[in-house]
Amino acid sequence: MFGWEFPPHIAGGLGTACEGIVKGLAHNGVQTIFVMPSASGDEDQSCTRIIDASDVAVRNVSSTVDEFLNKVKFINVDSNLVPYSDPDDYFDAIERMKKENRTETTVGFGQKFKFSGKYGANLLEEVSRYAQVGGTIAMAHESEFDVIHAHDWLTYLAGIAAKELTGKPLVVHVHATSFDRGTDDMVDSRVYAIERRGMEAADRVVTVSDLTRNIVINKYGINPSKVVTVHNAVDFSGRENLDVERGVKDKVVTFLGRITFQKGPEYFIEAAAKVIKRTRNVRFVMAGSGDMMNRAIRQVARLGIADRFHFTGFLRGKDVQKMFALSDVYIMPSVSEPFGISPLEAMRSNVPSIISHQSGAAEVLKYALKVDFWDVDALADDIYALVTYPALSDFASKQGFDEVNELKWNNATVKLKKVYESVLNK
Amino acid sequence: MSKDICFYFQVHQPTRLRLYRFFDIGKDSHYYDDYTNRTILRRVAQKCYLPMNELLLNEIRRHPRKFKVAFSISGSALEQFDRYAPEVLDSFRALADTGCVEFLCETYNHSLSSLVSPTEFKHQVAKHAEAIRNYFGVSPKTFRNTELIYSNSIGEQVYKMGFHTMLTEGARHIMGWKSPNYVYCDETQPKLKLLLRNYGLSDDIAFRFSNKDWAEWPLTAEKYVEWLKNAEGEIVNLFMDYETFGEHQDSDSGIFEFMSSLPDAVIRSGEFDFVTPSQAARRHEAVDELSAPEAISWADEERDTSAWLGNELQKEAFSKLYGLVEKLSIIDDAVLWNDFGHLQESDHFYYMCTKFFSDGDVHKYFNPYETPYEAFINYMNVLSDFMIRINEHAE
Repeated sequence: MFGWEFPPHIAGGLGTACEGIVKGLAHNGVQTIFVMPSASGDEDQSCTRIIDASDVAVRNVSSTVDEFLNKVKFINVDSNLVPYSDPDDYFDAIERMKKENRTETTVGFGQKFKFSGKYGANLLEEVSRYAQVGGTIAMAHESEFDVIHAHDWLTYLAGIAAKELTGKPLVVHVHATSFDRGTDDMVDSRVYAIERRGMEAADRVVTVSDLTRNIVINKYGINPSKVVTVHNAVDFSGRENLDVERGVKDKVVTFLGRITFQKGPEYFIEAAAKVIKRTRNVRFVMAGSGDMMNRAIRQVARLGIADRFHFTGFLRGKDVQKMFALSDVYIMPSVSEPFGISPLEAMRSNVPSIISHQSGAAEVLKYALKVDFWDVDALADDIYALVTYPALSDFASKQGFDEVNELKWNNATVKLKKVYESVLNK
Repeated sequence: MSKDICFYFQVHQPTRLRLYRFFDIGKDSHYYDDYTNRTILRRVAQKCYLPMNELLLNEIRRHPRKFKVAFSISGSALEQFDRYAPEVLDSFRALADTGCVEFLCETYNHSLSSLVSPTEFKHQVAKHAEAIRNYFGVSPKTFRNTELIYSNSIGEQVYKMGFHTMLTEGARHIMGWKSPNYVYCDETQPKLKLLLRNYGLSDDIAFRFSNKDWAEWPLTAEKYVEWLKNAEGEIVNLFMDYETFGEHQDSDSGIFEFMSSLPDAVIRSGEFDFVTPSQAARRHEAVDELSAPEAISWADEERDTSAWLGNELQKEAFSKLYGLVEKLSIIDDAVLWNDFGHLQESDHFYYMCTKFFSDGDVHKYFNPYETPYEAFINYMNVLSDFMIRINEHAE
């Protein structure tokens, strides 16, 4: 299995999902080797074996792969590419990265390459180097695995290299696509090309939702028969809900995530203004940061609701739990969300959630209220109902809590195991 | 006839807010960054207030009855002196005792209330006059509004509060061809005399003094006296922030040496008298009326109120704050009123300014926040808590 990160050192949701998957697979009797660009040594290896690509020297790369890799240009990109990031530790990671001055190294045969394992300016270069090293690792461990599983575009090239070198079947796992990161006319073509190549080379493509499955089929032109949805799950083991003393008496309606176009912050603000017009006993909180934050602040000021609409800035660790504990309603109005784990977190904290139909989570959450992201009136209606009618919020809270507790990786990975079996029996 | 020179120095320190998060709303109603306020006040006291007060006192003693200046000290600054540096108050009292220093009246909290609420404006002015009486034993006779903000309607209110002299900016867009070097009166209240800042000569000291790229650098008292001689008119009003001396213009720049040689050079030339604002108003008849339907100020290139109320963030915070006046009018609670005053300080709105171009440097210099957005978020969180307290009190 090729991944990019693994807890505890993660910048987004990808590492958390990978951990859930390997644990779930172990529960279902599937052993995994997890390769990542840069391991720290404190990863939990009870369910998987971790190989740190930074420790592996490149050798014996066959000519076919050489040829293939030569097609990959080593480009430095200035923009930071977000592979899968929710909630948004990503910005934190970028800040840290800016401070680190990584020196350039070139890789030849017999040399090791120190990966940063982060998401930054040299990402594309790291991705292609990771492919080189990934191929080497696959050959070294050829007798120990049956299926290659690559998570998100960062690792697709490594997956393809491993398949070319060992002839074993490849499963690529789509946690997010370029279309969830930019708007349709602002997709990074280099990333798109890698994604498409990975999906085409794969024997099976696993998507985290039907929404993403449709994107894979329609925008990448992948044969529907080889695209399978395995919905994400979440691991709440060992988690206690916080008991927090509330300062405000009003109901608190929360948005938590990156404040970017894809997350639909402006729809949340518009709905907030409508609700505030009808009832005064409610406050809105936008927690997080992002490139649309200043615009959001101006929008709130313009609407004249800044005394009822608060910004917390970026929250981390315990503050995220605290924010959920202080919330009465959670909103995820995403314009495009492959899955979206945050409403599950909210519901686990007994917070009723309203999510957009344009999110993968909407496919599995029966007890979340759902609206189209653009339907601000419907969103305002639902918010008003949840803060005004206790019967509704109690029901959604209780049922939602039970519902998300059932969304276990142990169940999701049964499906994944079937995918593996299908590629082995081809 | 000799020409008059009128020095007025503005003394103000904002009550900076602490980092006040959403999580604090409804839980913690202490809004101020006491540590930063104390640190900054003590620093400015050492670098500016104490040495400059001493310098002025010496000059007044060297030139008995001849060298005069005026101060306006905001109530927010007075409170901080009282709390963190009482020796500064003593040194101002020593200046007051010379009889050559006039203390002006302004809004207690350096507030922008004149732009929106006549009742709160009046309350702020009365509170400040009271404070000046308490600290210095004199009743202020001359008015200067926050940031020299003035319009005809403000002039009318000021006159009705009993002031006959007011200071403002010699803003080009209301002066037209008129020179600031004369005394004028308000168009609607002809008995209210207006003293206008000569911004060129004032800014030579306040902004350009230490600028080595300036063609006139270094500025000497002799050179400056020549400029004063060349200024046509009856009076030159030199109005500036007191923090110019030792803070904005570092002591290494020679600003203290300049200021200690200036009175002597001016007096020796035999062409000038130093006057206080109320003296100036007595000595000069108004040469013309001034019409200012829109508010002017001494800030930025625009000389208007856009530094505080230029963007939507500032307008929102401002309207939410003054929306409370009516509710507060029936509340008799000193603590709430005290916080209301501190939240009115113009500085909080200045921090939210998004004009980062021609005047950006000045804005940044005074700003404890990294962005206007942070300033807005923090202020609104504080204001939200304050509103909860008001509502609870009203219930």
